[in-house]
Amino acid sequence: MKRAFLTLGVLFLWVPIALMAVYAFSASRVPFEWGGFSLRWFVALSRNERLLEAAWLSLRIGAAAATFATVLGLGLGWVLARHGRFAGRSLFGALAGAPLVLPEVVMGLSLLLLFVGLQTLTGWPAQRGAITVWLAHSGLGMAYVAVLVQARLSALDPVLEEAAADLGAHRFTIFRTITLPLIRPSLIGGWLLAFTLSLDDVVLASFVSGPGATTLPVYLFSQLRLGMTPEANALAVVMLASAGLLGLLGWRLSR
Amino acid sequence: MTLLAIQGVTKRFGAALALDALSLSIGEGEFFALLGGSGSGKSTLLRIIAGFERPDAGHVILQGRDITRLPPPERSVTMMFQSYALFPHMNVADNIAYGLRRAGEPDIANRVGDLIGLLRLEGLEARRPNQLSGGQQQRVALARALARRPPLVLLDEPLAALDSGLRERTGLELRALQRRLGTSFVLVTHDQAEALSLADRVAVLHQGRITQVAPPRELYERPATREVAHFLGAANILEPAGLNLRAECDAPAYALRPERIRLAAQLPEVNGVAAQVAEIAFRGGDALILARAGGRMLRVVLPGGTPLPDHGAHVFLEWDAAALVPLSA
Amino acid sequence: MIRAAAWTSLLLLVAAPLVIVVGMGFGTTASGVPPVVPPIGAAGWQGSLEAWALLVADTYYLDAMLRSLRLAAITATLCLVLGFGMALGIAGARRPALWLALVLLPFWSGFVLRLAAWVGLLRDGGWINATLMQLGFISEPLQMLYSEGAMLLGMVHGYLPFAVLPLTATLVKRDLRLEEAAADLGAGRIAVFFTVTLPLAAPATAAAFLLVFIPAAGEVVVPEVLGAPDSVLIGRAIWGEFFQTRDWPAAAALSTALLALLLLPIALYQRLSVAR
Repeated sequence: MKRAFLTLGVLFLWVPIALMAVYAFSASRVPFEWGGFSLRWFVALSRNERLLEAAWLSLRIGAAAATFATVLGLGLGWVLARHGRFAGRSLFGALAGAPLVLPEVVMGLSLLLLFVGLQTLTGWPAQRGAITVWLAHSGLGMAYVAVLVQARLSALDPVLEEAAADLGAHRFTIFRTITLPLIRPSLIGGWLLAFTLSLDDVVLASFVSGPGATTLPVYLFSQLRLGMTPEANALAVVMLASAGLLGLLGWRLSR
Repeated sequence: MTLLAIQGVTKRFGAALALDALSLSIGEGEFFALLGGSGSGKSTLLRIIAGFERPDAGHVILQGRDITRLPPPERSVTMMFQSYALFPHMNVADNIAYGLRRAGEPDIANRVGDLIGLLRLEGLEARRPNQLSGGQQQRVALARALARRPPLVLLDEPLAALDSGLRERTGLELRALQRRLGTSFVLVTHDQAEALSLADRVAVLHQGRITQVAPPRELYERPATREVAHFLGAANILEPAGLNLRAECDAPAYALRPERIRLAAQLPEVNGVAAQVAEIAFRGGDALILARAGGRMLRVVLPGGTPLPDHGAHVFLEWDAAALVPLSA
Repeated sequence: MIRAAAWTSLLLLVAAPLVIVVGMGFGTTASGVPPVVPPIGAAGWQGSLEAWALLVADTYYLDAMLRSLRLAAITATLCLVLGFGMALGIAGARRPALWLALVLLPFWSGFVLRLAAWVGLLRDGGWINATLMQLGFISEPLQMLYSEGAMLLGMVHGYLPFAVLPLTATLVKRDLRLEEAAADLGAGRIAVFFTVTLPLAAPATAAAFLLVFIPAAGEVVVPEVLGAPDSVLIGRAIWGEFFQTRDWPAAAALSTALLALLLLPIALYQRLSVAR
């Protein structure tokens, strides 16, 4: 019975993907109509400069945001797991968890207003663009990383760190040699999650980005109104394949 | 030569007094045991020696140096934790080498090799802790603690996690190791058999104070107070009132070890009672009998092979005057 | 020191923006860039209630709010029902990691692309209709796209992993012996589920529901792509006020109203996450 649910659910998730993958190789110009095997859409994809530019930007922002989110999230998770009770802890916890549940429109609008306000007060950011998107995505990602880090840190037996101290390690050495290696899975998982969220985000980027800094999802969203070309299917296949390969690589490395 | 001196150490946790102006000294090359029940303060004292807790008052002096305020990394005391606390992401060799690396010692590989040989861990160097048995994990934890040749090693309930067959063997191995190395070991335990069989001297702790410090034999045969007597071997506590006792000297109460009571053919004039058998437990090597005499329950241990009375039988019990140990309270 | 840095990141990226968005509801529209006059200027308070007045002027926005909450609740319920079953399946599988990968991998094809795929599937000339017509089941295309149903489909498709992941994490850790004990005492499979499995997973279930419900209430993209054009949801309303009407105070006021409405669920979620 459980297996039925699982299979059904997975099928549901994969049906549109599978179809995209199949028709990416269709020669017909009409999406989702089979016209014989062809790689023309992959070729067209490689020639679509605007799309490639947007994709490249998204990848860079994604990597930068995931990295920054991991650093920030590590700090948040650390405080939540290790600092016990302190003045304002409830507020701290609420703020740390807010990006997880806030509707993206609200987050996007509020961040934009922040950037506009900063600009009025200090002159920075003069022009919204990649930097503001990076900041917005980091703000979103850090909440996810914090959850993973906090969970992993709380589960860590404190006696291990005591043993390290007993053997002569001071605070930073303990962190470097014991704590960090043991929470590494949550950091890697958090990085990947933040990267994915950044790569997929339409709303935040729409609000806080600027001219010349169009991310891939925003570009695709605008194209969607005009009517998707089958290049989109090809793009989906490329993205899935890379994700699959990276996943396989990561899995192999972690063994 | 005093290696470690605890002077007037007091520790409170909130309103609870864990250690009450406790003083103790431990010699070089000594195998010392801290024996007590839960809440006696033995674990707190261990952690204060290791540096994980700071006393509210008092001093800890190691090799003449006051280490009371020193953090754990700077003390030359190491600990073997009850749960072993082996680093799961390192193999055996790296675990043992951890302290050596922190100290920047040269020629780590050789030293690790020596320890692997000393603790019979050959062939396990590349294994991770979760690939080791409980006994092997303990030896790794011990090797790790001994790596930098500390003058003092603390052992937190080392035999508690082992099953009984392994316990005896491991205990004897620990003692042999300690003698061979000449390092001082301080053992913390609630198991009196562990303390008595391994240590050169035992300190009995009760409610944050030391009740008695003595070599095992003396502790067992000459307990100072009721608590010590009862804790070690669950002695019977007898008061002169109502009983015809003649002991070697007068005291408000006496401890009488269960194994010093015998079955008698008739009621003796002194140092004996009539009793009824309430429970019999055959324990292989001996037999435990609970007998009700007057208003009290007496514990009697008869050697294996003695014919045992029936349940509910009326018997006579007797003991020697020398078996009555005077208690101070 | 770490705490100070952590506080800084939270105040800058979460607290300050939220305070600003609430405050901006008191701003006034203006021409120019940016097209708003903030409520606090060099001379002090210069705010107005015109944006708030707009909100209560008629029931338009209230309807949007209620419709959004209703659709979010349906989405969350569907995600929960399907997700719980999937999580149970993953927890009991021989290779849970593999199934998890299968659940998460579609994520990587891109949110917008997946929506485009649904459009391609559901529209009049799309794959489903074309196939059904070819097989002779129907003679005219079924109107599926641009409807509430299509939108719900897209929402569930997008939010399902958000329900599956935390539920799996909880169910994997559950003590199977409790279910065995119940069976031993005479409970059939269904009884075990409803009397042991579900109650014990209740906090995690509630948290998963809220994890989908709260952000879904403000969803913009899926309704835009798959939903009916005249079905106004609060997320689209905020988007529209900002990008089309360029009435920033109204957008801010609507966001504040949405936040206020979601405050209780958000607080509940925080409570449940901490309890776990």
